Amino acid sequence: MPGLEDLYREIILDHHRTPRNRGELPPPAAHAVGHNPLCGDEIDVYLQVENDIVKDVKVGGQGCSISQSSASMMSQAIKGKKLPEVRALVRRFKGMMSIPDEDGNPIEPDPSVKLGDLEALQGVVKYPVRIKCATLSWNTLLEALAQS
Amino acid sequence: MSTLDAATIKKQFPLLLREINGLPLVYLDSANSSQKPQSVIDSMTTFMEQSYAPINRSAYHLAAAATDAFEGAREKVQRFINARRAHEVVFTKNATEALNLVAYSWGRANLSSGDVVLLTHMEHHANIVPWQMLAQDKGIVLRWVPLTADGQLDLTTLPELLAGAKVFGFTAMSNVMGTITPVQQLCAAAHKAGAIAVVDACQYVPHNVTDVQAWGADFIAFSSHKMCGPSGIGVLWGREELLQAMPPFLGGGNMILDVRLDGFTCAELPAKFEAGTPPITEAVGLGAAIDFLTDLGMANVRQHEIEVASYAMRTLRERFGDDITLHGPTNVEVRGATFSLAFRGIHPHDLSQVLDQRNVCVRAGHHCAKPLMRELGVNATARASFYLYNDTADVDTLADALDSASDIFGS
Ligand SMILES: Cc1ncc(COP(=O)(O)O)c(C=O)c1O
Repeated sequence: MPGLEDLYREIILDHHRTPRNRGELPPPAAHAVGHNPLCGDEIDVYLQVENDIVKDVKVGGQGCSISQSSASMMSQAIKGKKLPEVRALVRRFKGMMSIPDEDGNPIEPDPSVKLGDLEALQGVVKYPVRIKCATLSWNTLLEALAQS
Repeated sequence: MSTLDAATIKKQFPLLLREINGLPLVYLDSANSSQKPQSVIDSMTTFMEQSYAPINRSAYHLAAAATDAFEGAREKVQRFINARRAHEVVFTKNATEALNLVAYSWGRANLSSGDVVLLTHMEHHANIVPWQMLAQDKGIVLRWVPLTADGQLDLTTLPELLAGAKVFGFTAMSNVMGTITPVQQLCAAAHKAGAIAVVDACQYVPHNVTDVQAWGADFIAFSSHKMCGPSGIGVLWGREELLQAMPPFLGGGNMILDVRLDGFTCAELPAKFEAGTPPITEAVGLGAAIDFLTDLGMANVRQHEIEVASYAMRTLRERFGDDITLHGPTNVEVRGATFSLAFRGIHPHDLSQVLDQRNVCVRAGHHCAKPLMRELGVNATARASFYLYNDTADVDTLADALDSASDIFGS
């Protein structure tokens, strides 16, 4: 269908069909639940941090292809990473989604932070209502990080 | 041949004649909010260009004429829902405010700790949260009427649920599944149990003949924007005796007879419940919407929607079989033309995004009915709702667009 290729890239559909790192982690892993009040979607992020490194991450919940694939790619991208790297990635991703920083200023892309597969979500910016879908898991991740 | 000629009707709605990317607009979100006919748009423009003035407070000619226009709209509402008296019609901001008014004013004056309010599992949040707020403040108890498998109210235990209840609040038509409830029977059951009947008629009034006296209701609430009128105005109708006995809701100008340093005296109905400057131009627009609907005939509107709903159920079933789930009743006698659907496991957000490529506007989400979503076992649905300007061709376009969703998400 013309026009939607930007949004529904093959790699997004692939992560949607076969989401990576699905499941749960038992306590003491951190666990945060994110809600998209618009559509009622929910996402669970489980995070096991040891020595400031993400040892393991799991994702649960339900959502549309954008929120599910974003969560799946996020989980891949942060696994094994140091916490400062994870925070930098969150920042880079939010910048790509045109979300300003805490002071309301645009986030300049940091070229040292590699987005990898996540680059495929670039097209979401053209569909403003879907930005919330793409960032749901990332905001939930920040909550889980705050707990660990 | 359909009862209404939707093609001719559509021509009276400027927005529906728009094309986007060379394709016509197929607006299937009227359960959310309806489009506006030229006559409504013109009535508001003309009023603002020639007759606008504040109401009730000034002696000059223009203000008196504006007051007449505003009160004329009230009388149109009165006739449209067959209310006994015009002053039983209270203008609010929308149905939500009307339901809050009942819960706050009637509820606070008449309910105390342990009193029971019965609601149903298919209510819009607007008929849930105000009662929950009252429950938090006053310690009232909420009970719930469950649903049958096909999305109707399960009334088998109604007498037990109603026993000791002081309020029965229910929707006349579900905004999610299109279910039409047996309002008259429910009002009678409420009264038999000594409860008042609060009817959320927001989805019913735009699509059916409404007769509050035949219903035997105590309060009904609805919004102008879903019935071809402007947003910004809604209606609470209440039985005169109840409204008379209730304390005011919002305080301020227009709702008082007298204000002294040591207190105030309320105005008569309906001003008592209309604090502050009301939506004047919007009332004129609502009046024009009622004229428009009355000219078409609400019985014809209902008949037309039965035809479209039947065609939609038949077509979608024939084309997609078990790949499509239509929530709610299959019997058109007890449903309107609002359909929540699940299609081939495609998430509603994705579905509505793909349909939008063909200018098919459907809403994806929980439709402000999260308890019902949990009951249906979903987070969200895609909802296609048809109105008097939609026809069977719109159903076909929807079906074609659904096909193209499979191209992307096909399994
Ligand atoms: C059944 C029902 N009740 C109440 C409302 C609230 O209407 P409004 O948002 O106009 O106040 C709606 C509208 O979505 C509705 O569908």
